[in-house]
Amino acid sequence: MPFIPHTETDVKQMLASIGVNDIEALFDEIPAELRIGLLDKVPAGLNEMEMSRLMHVRASGPQPLCFIGAGAYEHHIPAAIWEIVTRGEFYSAYTPYQAEASQGTLQLIYEYQTMMAHLTGMEASNASLYDGASGLAEAVLMAVRANRKSKSKRILMPASVNPTYRSVVQTIVENQGITLELVDYQLDAGCIDVASLPADPGDVAALVIPQPNFFGVLEDVNALTDWAHVHGLLVIAVVNPTSLALLTPPGEWGEQGADVVCGEGQPLGVPLAGGGPYFGFMCCNLKHVRQMPGRIVGRTVDADGKPGFALTLQAREQHIRRSKATSNICTNQGLVVAAATIYMTLLGAQGLNRVANSSHQNTQNLAAQLNAIDGVTMAFASPTFHEFVIKLDGVSAEDVLGALMADGVLGGFNLNADYPALGEAILVCATETKTAADIAAYRDALSRVMSRLKGGAA
Amino acid sequence: MSNEMKRNINSQNINGHQDGVIFEKSHSGRTNACQSPRESSASRVIPASLLRESPPLLPEVSEMQAVRHFTRLSQKNFSIDTHFYPLGSCTMKYNPRACNTLAMLPGFLNYHPLAPVETGQGFMSCLYELQEILKEVTGMKEVSLTPMAGAQGEFAGMAMIRAYHDARGDTARCEVICPDAAHGTNPATAVMCGYKVKEIPTRADGDIDIEALKEVIGPQTAGIMLTNPSTVGVFERRITEIAKIVHDAGGLLYYDGANLNAILGKVRPGDMGFDVIHMNLHKTFSTPHGGGGPGAGPVGVSERLIPFLPVPMVGYDGDQYHWLTKKDRPQSIGRLSAFAGNAGVLMRAYIYARLLGREGMPRIAEYSTLNANYMMVELQKKGFDLAFPSRRATHEFIVTLKRQAKTLDVSAMDFAKRLLDYGYHAPTTYFPLLVPECFLIEPTETEDKDTLDGFIDAMAKIQSEAETQADMVKAAPYTLPARRLDDVRAARELDIVWKPGEQTR
Amino acid sequence: MSNAPSHLKYAKSHEWVESVSDDTYRIGISDHAQDLLGDMVFIELPEVGQALSAQDECAVVESVKAASDVYSPLSGEVVAINEELVENPDLVNRDAYGDGWLFTVKASDLSELEALMSAAEYIELNSDDDH
Repeated sequence: MPFIPHTETDVKQMLASIGVNDIEALFDEIPAELRIGLLDKVPAGLNEMEMSRLMHVRASGPQPLCFIGAGAYEHHIPAAIWEIVTRGEFYSAYTPYQAEASQGTLQLIYEYQTMMAHLTGMEASNASLYDGASGLAEAVLMAVRANRKSKSKRILMPASVNPTYRSVVQTIVENQGITLELVDYQLDAGCIDVASLPADPGDVAALVIPQPNFFGVLEDVNALTDWAHVHGLLVIAVVNPTSLALLTPPGEWGEQGADVVCGEGQPLGVPLAGGGPYFGFMCCNLKHVRQMPGRIVGRTVDADGKPGFALTLQAREQHIRRSKATSNICTNQGLVVAAATIYMTLLGAQGLNRVANSSHQNTQNLAAQLNAIDGVTMAFASPTFHEFVIKLDGVSAEDVLGALMADGVLGGFNLNADYPALGEAILVCATETKTAADIAAYRDALSRVMSRLKGGAA
Repeated sequence: MSNEMKRNINSQNINGHQDGVIFEKSHSGRTNACQSPRESSASRVIPASLLRESPPLLPEVSEMQAVRHFTRLSQKNFSIDTHFYPLGSCTMKYNPRACNTLAMLPGFLNYHPLAPVETGQGFMSCLYELQEILKEVTGMKEVSLTPMAGAQGEFAGMAMIRAYHDARGDTARCEVICPDAAHGTNPATAVMCGYKVKEIPTRADGDIDIEALKEVIGPQTAGIMLTNPSTVGVFERRITEIAKIVHDAGGLLYYDGANLNAILGKVRPGDMGFDVIHMNLHKTFSTPHGGGGPGAGPVGVSERLIPFLPVPMVGYDGDQYHWLTKKDRPQSIGRLSAFAGNAGVLMRAYIYARLLGREGMPRIAEYSTLNANYMMVELQKKGFDLAFPSRRATHEFIVTLKRQAKTLDVSAMDFAKRLLDYGYHAPTTYFPLLVPECFLIEPTETEDKDTLDGFIDAMAKIQSEAETQADMVKAAPYTLPARRLDDVRAARELDIVWKPGEQTR
Repeated sequence: MSNAPSHLKYAKSHEWVESVSDDTYRIGISDHAQDLLGDMVFIELPEVGQALSAQDECAVVESVKAASDVYSPLSGEVVAINEELVENPDLVNRDAYGDGWLFTVKASDLSELEALMSAAEYIELNSDDDH
């Protein structure tokens, strides 16, 4: 029996102790009419060797060169990270409610909180949320609670925020009477025009500011932050953590800095893995810390006066506060956070800066080379971090991406469905993992595809 | 060795310089060249006003220092791989290593979530088959895997109930009923979906008070949230009657899958009359708890809620696996995550389900129930009080230490901390809230009899310690990396971010 | 049962009310309530000038164990709050009826006082959950 240790003798002794004849008798409180027979549609069990063979087959497939970003980024992951993270003591531990038996996990989270706070320029961090998209939803809920000057539940949500994030936020907050009002981007610049924001926005709880935005373009975060604060809005920053090694941390945006910072943690040592598990990070300043959802670890002392770590501010959480909790959340993404903590430790500020720089430079390089191809232009004239948008002339993005795939290149993310105003446009990403040869391979493939498709069309 | 001596030795161990926070091991200028991309001379095109002025404070340590630091931290944890972990309602069973190894094959790890499905058919076939397996074991009509945790599954479930009523123009339903023993996420979730919560009491035998249910139910009721077996560790015997009462009033039934391990392959929520359920794959399907996540909380629904399931889901047209999105399901409550949820967790659950197979599913219910009932009876023989002595245990049961708290002034928390000294993780304490000084004990099917006997002996020893040296028990633990933590200080003098210049003494 | 001074009025939800002058009343939580909650770690107070209706949630007392809402026993306007509690939330534990007061309201409807309990009634009400 897989994973069940009982011998026949064990079972006999245990049943005798309980005073029943067979295991079936233990289910006598379940009404007989509800009982079921064998689960026919579940396949018969496999042993590990058979399962291993099956999974190896399923994991073997084409491994194309990937230039897709759009919220999940391929970075080098140091080997030590997942070796340590999958140690049983981290992998198979529970939520650290018994602090004395969980000092490893607790200290690690404290170190994580410290790294995230310093990276974002904020005073506090929680122990993580599920992912970047749901983290933004929690940030919106938090901002509505935290903005005491505002009675409204209106949120300004730029169209330059990842469209999937926007739809996740909509799903999560719509039943609480919160409205998301779209802020448009400039078609030629790919970012928000601060001058176009209303002189009197009325009572609004918060403005979301993405940096870089979904197009990879850098927003004028300082002016946006100041505009929001002048009008009594809180600022929710949605940021890429890798970029923060290079870019102004949200805590220093404008005069007063952002109020809530969130984002997707995946770039910090977490594999693409088909979309998860990733983690969402969330930071704020101390004045809002009691409005922040999720777990938080604090350093304190034990009965001998020695330093130790424990979950703190738990009174706000669902298991105590029930229907009045700040959120229904009761997990973080502990194991993935462990990976990110080790990643930041192994890279340090300098290593992370090199990852950011190298990604930025590869992207510049790729953009310049693609721009030289006939029928390919840059959609926006603005500075970008490690993604950019190309526009295609006379061919469909879908056809181009399909033809590139046949050549072993995943050329980017098709923006058609989410941004029809851009025409045939593709969001392209190059991280530090791309070599000069990779970049040349993409250029050559696109060049061939463009001339073939355009030639075919002519 | 006396406890005093143990304590002294222990403190010497942990006062060593190696145990500070990682930042205290940091030295300016120390780098890991091996982990950094090469420097390049290409241009940088970012305006100065958007650039960071000073580098973030991150550790500067060698790779070996990092490996040693985090390995040593791991050794300060209890875990399933090192200790018996009978946490009620958490299903801390063995997480088979094969599930991890096979989910981490490079072909899966390197798959970008937005890559064309043609390049990820193997991956998607696993998810599709998992959907099918979960449908079968729960008796639901369709399953969406996307919720990233139990609480998100709950949210999806309640949002579907709301979407269902709204779609029928039945917008007067503003209340959700929860038993007072419900997990705290239930009421929190109902509120997130815009509902008011009505609590109903639990009877002395652990079942729901049906009379109280009849009193609060009505045209304003959107639904009821139940766990079965319930959070007090017993099977709700009148579930069919409850389902009828709720359905007759026009409400729907939500099933919290926290305790699915107890009934896997024996009885199905779909057959009990539930309209929507969430499962905790990190419990029943043995994906790792990871020190508090990531989990996965797929939802399953009855026929009438199918249109509202969260997307994406995996579809199969007989030839190719593909994502089902809002285009395919226009009435869907929408997306809950940026991509497809905690895919790597789903892969582990899939592998586990295939290793068990159809024969293995009911065995889980059988042996987890056998273990729980054996422990319950043996603990009772040792003189412990059961919260619901007239009932059969399911996969878990409750011991109440109210008598010990009253007569010996030794609380459930004291017992819990002393158990740590004996090498056992404590059971769940103080949940459910309605049983005073409770221990919710869930051994799971993967523990052998010797381990259970060891735990029972430890409980008996602590009982006699409590009778003769209560103060000693009340100050436990002594042998762990830390003694009891001052959580009042942690909350009053908030120290949640390390700052330079601080010393951990 | 913890003490409950006889010159105060009490609400079922464990707030006390003390007459300060004609229409102003000081409000706090009872000794019994602080004892149930345990060591206070944070007190969230209303803002001066804030208008309250009776039964409004207007403050939160947070201990390690629980965060509990405080309901205003009276309608009116908040005229003072106990700023000391920001730094020293444990004043509520040490002196629930004195230095641990929460806020003062200028009451707009004195008839609401009649719905409140005397000390004896309050003690009687809570005699069950004594432990």
